[in-house]
Amino acid sequence: MKKYGRLLFIILVLVFIYAPILILALYSFTTATNIGAMRGFSLHNYVTLFTTPELREMILGTIVLAVVCAALATILGTAGAIGSFYSGRKASSFINTLNEVPVINADVVTGFSICILLVVVLGISKDTYIPLIVGHVTLCAPFVYLSVIPKLKQMDSSIYEAALDLGATPAKALRSIVLPQISSGIISGFSLAVTLSLDDYFIATYTKPATFDTISTYVVNATKGAQTTIKTALWALSTVIFAVVVLIVVAANIRALREGMEENRKEKVSA
Amino acid sequence: MHTLKFSRKSLGIPYAVYLLLFVAAPLVVLLYYALTNGQGQFTLSNLTGFFTDPNTMGTLCYSFAIALVTTVVCLLIAYPTAYILAMSRLKQKSVLILLFIMPMWINFSLRITALKEILTLIEGNLAYYPFFNAVVGMTYDFLPFMILPLYNTLSRLDGSLIEAAKDLGANDRNAFLNVTLPLSVPGIVSGVSMVFLPAMTNYVVLDMLYNSTYIMGSLIGSYFSAYNWHGGSMIALILLAIICIFTLLTRGMEDDSAETRVGGALL
Repeated sequence: MKKYGRLLFIILVLVFIYAPILILALYSFTTATNIGAMRGFSLHNYVTLFTTPELREMILGTIVLAVVCAALATILGTAGAIGSFYSGRKASSFINTLNEVPVINADVVTGFSICILLVVVLGISKDTYIPLIVGHVTLCAPFVYLSVIPKLKQMDSSIYEAALDLGATPAKALRSIVLPQISSGIISGFSLAVTLSLDDYFIATYTKPATFDTISTYVVNATKGAQTTIKTALWALSTVIFAVVVLIVVAANIRALREGMEENRKEKVSA
Repeated sequence: MHTLKFSRKSLGIPYAVYLLLFVAAPLVVLLYYALTNGQGQFTLSNLTGFFTDPNTMGTLCYSFAIALVTTVVCLLIAYPTAYILAMSRLKQKSVLILLFIMPMWINFSLRITALKEILTLIEGNLAYYPFFNAVVGMTYDFLPFMILPLYNTLSRLDGSLIEAAKDLGANDRNAFLNVTLPLSVPGIVSGVSMVFLPAMTNYVVLDMLYNSTYIMGSLIGSYFSAYNWHGGSMIALILLAIICIFTLLTRGMEDDSAETRVGGALL
């Protein structure tokens, strides 16, 4: 009985999480303009999504921005983590402390303060994309730093010393000994940076050029307007993103999934 | 040896400079703008103005109310979820937990759009229940951020402690209240800090659900639209102060394991 109560609770939470996304996905394949009124099957939302230049540019722009900023953040954050790890306590606690600020801070404050410094005080035009890129790198780099540091701590430092003893230059040892050992941290830092940039609304609003939109800023503005074609095309976008996320998650965990299923099956058989 | 150490350390210099320029300097500028007026003269009127204006004080209270209720609701949903998952005997629970945090990776504005359509269908007109909708929206947005740290803490919990409590005569309820719950405090604190502060500032959720009442974030937004950098900076500074107080209060209590700090991308 208790077991079923637990199962029911889990199912209810999953319904809360997924029902809106899945219902929207269902309606994205119809001609309906409102949820609730079922209409015929149609792919016109997907056609609109991929053929309207405005929408295409916005999606592409968001992706390019995310990849560029994540790459910059990964380089900065990784180098920063390695440097801080080998520095004295003072220097590394200095970097650690400043690194915490964007992590803890509200995005509204981060975005607003960067806008004030770069746009208001230094007079850099938002059209140069510099404030936007700085904003997103500032948002992402601290998380790259945080995912690389634990890998550095787990690293076996004697291998690096051995490489030096065997005649490798420090740069070579860093490249072929340290980097491979922390690569999983770098990769997860990069992917986290991409998702942070893709999801950001506040920093982009305060720093982006007026003519440029990310998915978040576009969607937020579109929901205020009443343009139905755009509104329902965004349902299609939501569905596409959902499908992509599911694919990535499944692909990244395919081995764990298979093992898990087998073990559960074995357990059921033996029980 | 000296040059070698220098070369590794110096890798940190670009990032340290970057942090100084784009994390520390903006905060200094923020402080300057908050404490000056349009003529560049020192003034406290932005500060006193905030605390004497009933409108802005109302905004502060409304933000606290939304953040508090959202945090409690998230906790009430997330704790049992994380507990059930962590205690279940299924293998590969880390895959199951993915189902609950996957929404983290879907753009929040699109998720709120989906929620808005459903709420409109159920309620007819979103304007009838602004507070309720705001809380549902925030909960929908932030729930994964509460589930993840709770799950991380609970799944690492030493099961033998609970067994020991039961061997010593505690019933399920007492074992939970005296062993499991206190040991999961770090997860609770991490989750709360990931939900409470964003819920005070994420005004877009309210905007998208047609709740036109201001929260602290909306004040910054409206000053920004009005090019009032001094007023906006003061709000940002007040938010920073709230964040600092919150961080100091929870210092050392948080679950600062890498998985929790860095979030779902590690999975």
